[in-house]
Amino acid sequence: MDRGRSLLRSGAGRWLVAAPLVFFGLFFAYPLVRVVLRSLTLDGHLDLSAFVEIVTKGSLRRAAWFTVWQATVSTVATLLFALPGAYVLSRYSFFGRRLLRAAVTVPFVLPTVVVGAAYLALLGPGGPLGVDLRQTAWAILIAHVFFNYAVVVRIVGSFWELIDPRLEEAARALGANRAQAFLSVTLPLLLPSIAAAASIVFLFTFTSFGVVLILGGFSYATIEVAVWREATINLDLAASAALALVQMAGVATALWAYTRLQQRHARRLPLRSSRTVARRPATPGQYLVVGATIASMVLYLGAPIGTLVWRSLRTAAGPGLDHYASLVRGATSFVDPAEAIVNSLWFAAAAVVPAVAAGLASAVVIARRPGPLGARLDTFLMLPLGTSAVTIGFGFLVAFDWPLDLRTSVWLIPLAHSVVAAPFVIRTVTPVLRSVQPRLREAAAVLGASPRRVFREVELPIISRAALVGAGFAAAVSLGEFGATAFLIRPGRPTIPTAIFRLLGQPGAANLGQALALSTVLMLLTTVIIMAIDRYRVAGLGEF
Amino acid sequence: MRRLGILLAALMLVAAGCADGTPEDEGPQTVRLVTHDSFYVSEGTLEQFEAETGHTVEHLEAGDAGTMVNQAVLTKDNPVADVMFGIDNTFLGRALDEDLFEEYVSPRLVDVPDSLKLDNRVTPIDFGDVCLNYDIAGLADRGVEPPSTLRDLTNPQYSGLLVVEHPGTSSPGLAFLLATIATFGEEGDYTWESFWSDLVVNDVLVTAGWEDAYYGSFSGGSGEGDRPIVVSYASSPPAEVIYADPPVTEAPTGVVTAGCFRQIEFAGILAGTPVPNAARQLVDFMLGLTFQEDIPLNMFVFPANENAALPDEFVRYTEIPDEPAVVAPEEIDANRSRWIEEWIEVVAS
Repeated sequence: MDRGRSLLRSGAGRWLVAAPLVFFGLFFAYPLVRVVLRSLTLDGHLDLSAFVEIVTKGSLRRAAWFTVWQATVSTVATLLFALPGAYVLSRYSFFGRRLLRAAVTVPFVLPTVVVGAAYLALLGPGGPLGVDLRQTAWAILIAHVFFNYAVVVRIVGSFWELIDPRLEEAARALGANRAQAFLSVTLPLLLPSIAAAASIVFLFTFTSFGVVLILGGFSYATIEVAVWREATINLDLAASAALALVQMAGVATALWAYTRLQQRHARRLPLRSSRTVARRPATPGQYLVVGATIASMVLYLGAPIGTLVWRSLRTAAGPGLDHYASLVRGATSFVDPAEAIVNSLWFAAAAVVPAVAAGLASAVVIARRPGPLGARLDTFLMLPLGTSAVTIGFGFLVAFDWPLDLRTSVWLIPLAHSVVAAPFVIRTVTPVLRSVQPRLREAAAVLGASPRRVFREVELPIISRAALVGAGFAAAVSLGEFGATAFLIRPGRPTIPTAIFRLLGQPGAANLGQALALSTVLMLLTTVIIMAIDRYRVAGLGEF
Repeated sequence: MRRLGILLAALMLVAAGCADGTPEDEGPQTVRLVTHDSFYVSEGTLEQFEAETGHTVEHLEAGDAGTMVNQAVLTKDNPVADVMFGIDNTFLGRALDEDLFEEYVSPRLVDVPDSLKLDNRVTPIDFGDVCLNYDIAGLADRGVEPPSTLRDLTNPQYSGLLVVEHPGTSSPGLAFLLATIATFGEEGDYTWESFWSDLVVNDVLVTAGWEDAYYGSFSGGSGEGDRPIVVSYASSPPAEVIYADPPVTEAPTGVVTAGCFRQIEFAGILAGTPVPNAARQLVDFMLGLTFQEDIPLNMFVFPANENAALPDEFVRYTEIPDEPAVVAPEEIDANRSRWIEEWIEVVAS
């Protein structure tokens, strides 16, 4: 009898299984089913002709094909670009490492409408590249790598820094060269986290909306764009729901493949504290690798961000902080940026709690339940990431009118954010949890620790590290969330992204300037939050 | 057992009383007003309604106009609001088809021109014309006159100068497509599709949304692009003056008054509201001068009430087109999806 595993059969264990099911069932599956049924039965009977339309309509067929193609290419490209970054940031300590690690997360949470504008400037005919890449697939791929770089760096990186370097050293001592040691020792250990990161990047690019809309112009559309188009312009709810289901099916297929891969490659590994793993570069070769990686990272991620910041500082009288001052003054009448900042912080704080609670409980269950149940749960709980924002927003609106009418409650905003954010927590915690050696648990159990105590003393410290990373992601996702928020009916509480969108919707230099300044504020907030979590993570839980 | 019977009878009486009597519709009530996310009125405007009537307004913000209509369709059986503001004629057909609104003819409609009244179930509150805007200096530099008709845009001298929005992703884009359909028609030698084919030959740039067209690709005013002609609003030049940084005395952009499409924004009382009287009062208030004169500088559209005074900038820096293109709401609703698909086939392939 594996006593280390028995927590799941104790009372607390049952709660752990129930928590994610209740959370995702109530706030994801239930609204989803309600809105899909409502959309397909608007005329009083079930109408499935929308599915036929997807096949017969040329623009929708093209959207489906383009969605798969660009998601695959974007995922491969992101891995190629970001893995060196993950390596350097997790294996080497150097001045500014923490800031850099926080900064790479910034693009990930920026509203695409803002970054899209920066990219239009960079990739336009007057940009530094000198070629006009607007409305090409290249522009979309470049922006996708930019947005998703952080996913790979943080998920793979937080795992990489737990791998004991002595393993590779041992391989080298036994005669393997550097490449052999990496390929035969480190890479197999990393695979689960690489697969986890790749699956998230794939989901994001598969459901990409803003980037494709702005940079792809009219030539390219993803299924997500088509869902949105049907819901907001064509006003065809049935077509929109049918497309959303097709997208979810695509996402579920990809997740299923990922889960299979994950099961085959999951390995237990000896984890080490990051404090001892990261070391300063020693040889000239190491300096070169670290230096070149950092330089390319700064250049690639910095260019659009730099463009954005520079534009926010541009005023008629030369560079200055005028637009920032007017954020506080609220110079524009129709939206109060200062209020939006306060609202967003509250929403982020409120969204992190359920997101981390549900995500953590889910991860524990997934990691501890071997076999098909855990795998199925894993797939199911990732689905919110692949669900159209239209569906989540409309779903809340249709579902929560009974027994309490919550449809216009302000709490729906952080709740929607938490549904979108919880999968991040799961993805960051599960790989770490899977790698916990059962012998550690068994040893503790043999020494007389109760299941609860085993959990608290052995596993909790490990989970906490990963959970904090997840919490950072969740807060950042909430701060930048725009899609689902826009499809709720809100009691007039602007968030930072909705305020930016609002400001950009009106002509005039003052509005554009404020939108750019507010975007910069959003970037700073995100950086600060991620840095704070990183600091806490290292200081409080560095050793275990 | 007898006691239970009495209890049941009493309950039934109470239930019958509830079902029978219409809800109380006098005295101070709360009116829920749902608007699109571009709604804004000056502080004190809705408060004046509250002071005059004793009612309270609860403002709810939906998505854009199209999203708001779908939100109302989805919640038709149990509406989240009593009054909807901001549905325009491009989406009106859908809402009427779904019977979202109760009929109401406001006494204040006498001050509204007949051309804005499309149906008794909705009350016109404001209108905005989607028109071509041009960069005055940009065209002058090229030695090109502003176009005076849509057809002019197919002339080689306008090659590479125009940026428009995708009708499938942008509300002004859809309005402009409707203007071309109304102008060139679906039949004959030169249809709207012929026109768009010629625009493609003339290197028209299509963007997804108004923001990327105006800020990203248009060269006039606050635009940072290189194309001097854009599909925007007749009220954009006044906005350029009002939000100029530094202040200016002349609008940097102009409006082409031919080939405009008029978006009329309506208020409607959502069917099944428990407070119909207060809802009607709110609609009346929206047609009153306080609300009407507050509209232009906050939402950059024109008031429907002819007696409302326009701000100076709206008089000096723009024109109201005499004969905007007209397509009936039912016709739009019946063909919108097909037109967009056909447009994609012409322009994207």
